[in-house]
Amino acid sequence: MSAALSLVALAVVLALASAAVSLLAARAPTVVRLYAMPLFALAGVAALGGGLGALLSGEAITATLPLGLPWLPWRVRLDALSGFFTAVIGVVSLAVGLYGPGYVRGLEKGRDSLVPLGGFSGLFLTGMLAVVLADDAFLFMVAWELMSLSSYFLVAFHHDNPANRRAAFLYLLMAHVGGLAILLGYGVLASFGDGFAFDAMRAATLSPAWASVAFALAFLGFGMKAGLVPLHAWLPEAHPVAPSHISALMSGVMLKVAVYGFVRFVFDLIGDIQWQWGVVVLAIGSLSALLGVLAALMQSDLKRLLAYSSVENLGIIFIGLGLALLFLGSGHPLPGVLAFVAALYHVLNHALFKGLLFLGAGAILHSSHERDLEQMGGLLRRMPWTGLFFLMGALSISALPPFNGFVSEWLTFQSALQAWRLDGGVLRSVVPIASAVLALTGALVAATFVKVYGVAFLGQARSRHVRRARPVPHGMRAGQGLLALLCLLLGVMPVAVIGTLNAIPEQLLGGGLPDSVAQGWLSLTLVDSANASYSAPLVAALLALIIALAVWMLRGKAVRVRRCDAWDCGFAPPDARMQYTATAFAQPIRRVLGHLFLVEEAVVPRGDGGQRHQLAIGDRAWGLFYLPVARWVEAASRRVVRLQSGNVRVYLGWTLATLLVLLWIIS
Amino acid sequence: MDHLVSASSAAALFQALLYLAAAPLLVGWIRKVKARLQNRRGPALLQPYRDLRKLLAKEVRVAHTASPLFSAAPYIVFVATWMAAATVPLVAVNLPTAAVADIIVLVGLLALARFFLALAGMDVGTAFGGMGASREMLVSSLAEPAMLMAVFTLAMTAHSTNLASVIDFQLSSDFALRPSFLFALGGLILVALAETGRIPVDNPATHLELTMIHEAMLLEYSGRHLALMEWAAQIKLVLYGALIANIFFPWGIAQSFAPAALGLGIAAIAAKLLLLGAALAVGESVLAKMRLFRAPAFLNLALLLALLGLLSHVILEVGA
Amino acid sequence: MSLTTLPLLQQFVLVLAALVLFTSFVLLSQARLVSAIHAFAWQGGLAAAVTTVVAAAGGSTHLYFSALLTFALKAVLIPWMLHRLIRRLELERYVESLRWPALANMAAVVLVIFSYWLVLPMVQQELAFTRNIVAISLAVVLIGLWMMVVRQQAVAQVLGFMSMENGLFLAAVSATAGMPLVVELGVAFDVLVAMVLFGVFFFQIRQSIDSLDVDRLNRLTETAEEEAAGAEFDATPRRSQPTAARPAAMAEGE
Repeated sequence: MSAALSLVALAVVLALASAAVSLLAARAPTVVRLYAMPLFALAGVAALGGGLGALLSGEAITATLPLGLPWLPWRVRLDALSGFFTAVIGVVSLAVGLYGPGYVRGLEKGRDSLVPLGGFSGLFLTGMLAVVLADDAFLFMVAWELMSLSSYFLVAFHHDNPANRRAAFLYLLMAHVGGLAILLGYGVLASFGDGFAFDAMRAATLSPAWASVAFALAFLGFGMKAGLVPLHAWLPEAHPVAPSHISALMSGVMLKVAVYGFVRFVFDLIGDIQWQWGVVVLAIGSLSALLGVLAALMQSDLKRLLAYSSVENLGIIFIGLGLALLFLGSGHPLPGVLAFVAALYHVLNHALFKGLLFLGAGAILHSSHERDLEQMGGLLRRMPWTGLFFLMGALSISALPPFNGFVSEWLTFQSALQAWRLDGGVLRSVVPIASAVLALTGALVAATFVKVYGVAFLGQARSRHVRRARPVPHGMRAGQGLLALLCLLLGVMPVAVIGTLNAIPEQLLGGGLPDSVAQGWLSLTLVDSANASYSAPLVAALLALIIALAVWMLRGKAVRVRRCDAWDCGFAPPDARMQYTATAFAQPIRRVLGHLFLVEEAVVPRGDGGQRHQLAIGDRAWGLFYLPVARWVEAASRRVVRLQSGNVRVYLGWTLATLLVLLWIIS
Repeated sequence: MDHLVSASSAAALFQALLYLAAAPLLVGWIRKVKARLQNRRGPALLQPYRDLRKLLAKEVRVAHTASPLFSAAPYIVFVATWMAAATVPLVAVNLPTAAVADIIVLVGLLALARFFLALAGMDVGTAFGGMGASREMLVSSLAEPAMLMAVFTLAMTAHSTNLASVIDFQLSSDFALRPSFLFALGGLILVALAETGRIPVDNPATHLELTMIHEAMLLEYSGRHLALMEWAAQIKLVLYGALIANIFFPWGIAQSFAPAALGLGIAAIAAKLLLLGAALAVGESVLAKMRLFRAPAFLNLALLLALLGLLSHVILEVGA
Repeated sequence: MSLTTLPLLQQFVLVLAALVLFTSFVLLSQARLVSAIHAFAWQGGLAAAVTTVVAAAGGSTHLYFSALLTFALKAVLIPWMLHRLIRRLELERYVESLRWPALANMAAVVLVIFSYWLVLPMVQQELAFTRNIVAISLAVVLIGLWMMVVRQQAVAQVLGFMSMENGLFLAAVSATAGMPLVVELGVAFDVLVAMVLFGVFFFQIRQSIDSLDVDRLNRLTETAEEEAAGAEFDATPRRSQPTAARPAAMAEGE
């Protein structure tokens, strides 16, 4: 067993130890804070190290575990792809482990026992690591279910609130429907490949029709877990109600595990890619990106907003994957690999900045007990570090240079611009439309995060408990700071990152991006610098340098700065209630693009003679997709319920009949 | 070789400084032409320089409720806008700046400036600032995709997102009437009007509360902060002017760093910008500002033009 | 690059054809009737210009006649008649905004791509330099029909119909370098007669239902069920009542 795999195994052991230690929290709640979370962070460090090791070494390490069924031992494999995802899991887990103690402290006085929180966190991490390590469908599905189930308990942690219980149930339901689709997909592959081991599936040759069936099942299953439109509606319900550091893990990492599953299944196991799949993935990805960000823009619950923004980011990732499928399927490996790398880069970026933003939302929740944007304001002066880190996260997610989100967006645009290589004229005109959607999405994300940051951190506090907010403990700051720093670093050093990521397509698709790093660390290019290039270090350095220069030159004039009341066109000194609210900020865009949602807006008279503005935003996915399915299930179950006569002997009769049928089948 | 690199770097620096220096002049010119069209004499051409100098020397007042971001934002906005401008070839093509940042980075830098501008508007916590920020984000979220689509049309034609090579492509290929460029040009002009806060979308001359977008975000600024913000807006105007002039009508731009070529380049871009500025002034005198909720229709038109540009590129120009 | 190999005149044809497509989009999304008529006139003028340039490029003299005919009919006469019509119907200030203009436009973009896809096999056979225009013409026809689907106002529907005819004409010019003059005269005459008949019908319709909202033609059927079915077109019942009342108020010259 190589060092990298041992490290990852150590991470799994540490995660399990963190879960085990938490059992003691029934007696002493401080155990979670003092032992479980540090173990969690250590597990993150080990996973990060192991994953990076596997990614850098560029070779696949396999091992067989002494567990599992007698004829089907569990096999694990650590190649560049799983190494990358292990590292993503590791880095966010490390940040969460650093952040966790401070956050959990706030929960110690609550009514809920911390045993499930600590225990299932450890199991959750174990499950995610096992999914990316699995080398056969059996272990994969077991780990997948472990991940889904343990996160269900985490979503249901604050179970006093019936809405949370409902969200958790919905989450569990969707996770299992998705799991079923994935299982069927593996079933198709296994039937062709003679066995559940991934090696056998890789070797299998599928007829195009069956390959498409397997693809459709995998896309349904993993897409459901990844929260793609129109199957996304569970995500904004479930992710926000978990404790914030768990939300960070779920949005930042667990969705990526779904992406991992999709990539592993389609690019690796099926292998023979058809370009038509790319069109489907591209369309769904574009739809998710646009609808996700519009929904996010209209939310005023911070964590819910972030959850919707995850839908959008997963959409961007799938746009990249769709482009990759499109190009690879029509025989253009270079742009295909480019799109693939763009998607992977965005996987990493989204893990970092969404983790960071959820930790920031958690910090606000921790110190002011507020999730509603409409009650916030002026937090930058009360929590300067959290404010700074959140700003870096907001800049990253809005794809602004020199932060990391911009790099992956740049790569995605560049791969979309390779559309002229495609043969089909229609494809050539469809791809630019997808990039138009991506551009619109990017601009709307910026609007969303101007709203979030402007309303929450700038201006004046809109409520008393926000006015009393205090900075969070060092550990929580460290967790956010780590992620914020990485956001900046990955934005400034894209060439190094892509040089590392190159190992994945080289191993998986048989070719990397030879030219992208040819210009040295300074400049990221596609083919040569005359076509497209982005020198992130120079842009960042020049930005910083000239800003410093400008400050120095103008400060040198020694002109006084005087503090005074705001002018506001000479009206009365503004108070907190005169500020633009989050709802007001989104109003113009709601009016222009809100048709895509069910917006109910009304001004109703209040009892005391005043008026009240009511706004409810519904998701059309419920009415178009979920409710019909729910009605159908209900109707079906109403038929089935006739079996329930209440008579014990009738039940025994059914049992006997089932037994007889089964015996007949196996004989 | 070394000599060439240093010459091109010097030219890039010169061009960047030229943006700084020329920006107030273009605004002065537009104001002058507008005044003439309204039968006024108007302020002197150099008035914007005087305004900037005055503002730079003045005391800065910062509201009690402002956070540190309020004071930092003008510098970020100014530098990001200026850097974005520096990547657009003004007098000479084939500068190293084009390799540092391509056209997507240009859009990104402008977005960075806008992000901080909008945040600065919301920082003091006044109603007007939030209103301006909200409207600015509405306009930009529709204008930015239109802009990207328009430049993608060019990029797809030239197979490059590097502005210098797009212009090189234009100069080296035979003259061709491209419907896609026509649409892209139309789209880009509409975007430029919206993004620089000119008349059908925003009115740069008004402080009437309910009609302003850009000015509303700057209401609380004074002194050197205000100077930087104003200067950034002026640079942005030149940037869009140079983008339109040099991409679609690149003739005259210097292709080498010989003094004669550079001189011709300066003369050419000056003539183009004066012409564009005059056209803008005429347009602003003829048109009325639209209601805010007409602006999306205006920008949808821009997006449609850009999209038609892409489609006509694929359908009409490439062939099967 | 295939474009740069074409002579300049032929490139000019492509530009004009692209502009015809653009006017189709303008027609589709133009809320004001008067402006829509202007857009239609522009489209007719551009179609005439395409014909002229094709004639000049191909050297076929009879196309000059059809260009002249098109210009007189589509750019001058019919717009003038429509203008007079809406003045007499007192619809000058009529504004009909589409409910989801962006979606209508996107659908039209999809139609363009679709017609391109349809025409591709034909384009590959390499007919002439004008082959690519066939896709544009088909798109103009389809967008005209689409306009008739999404617009409620009868005059706007007539515009859609007429622009379909423009598309067909463009296809004829570009694919086969024009039809025989006799056919063209016949078509032109048909269009003119159709226009006159439309005018007569408008007055009839308005006399019987007080509006030119074609959705309200449903009322001419006797049962109330049909009307309910018509109202279901709107997403929510809450909104259906105002829609029934609103166009009437607008048609009265709001």
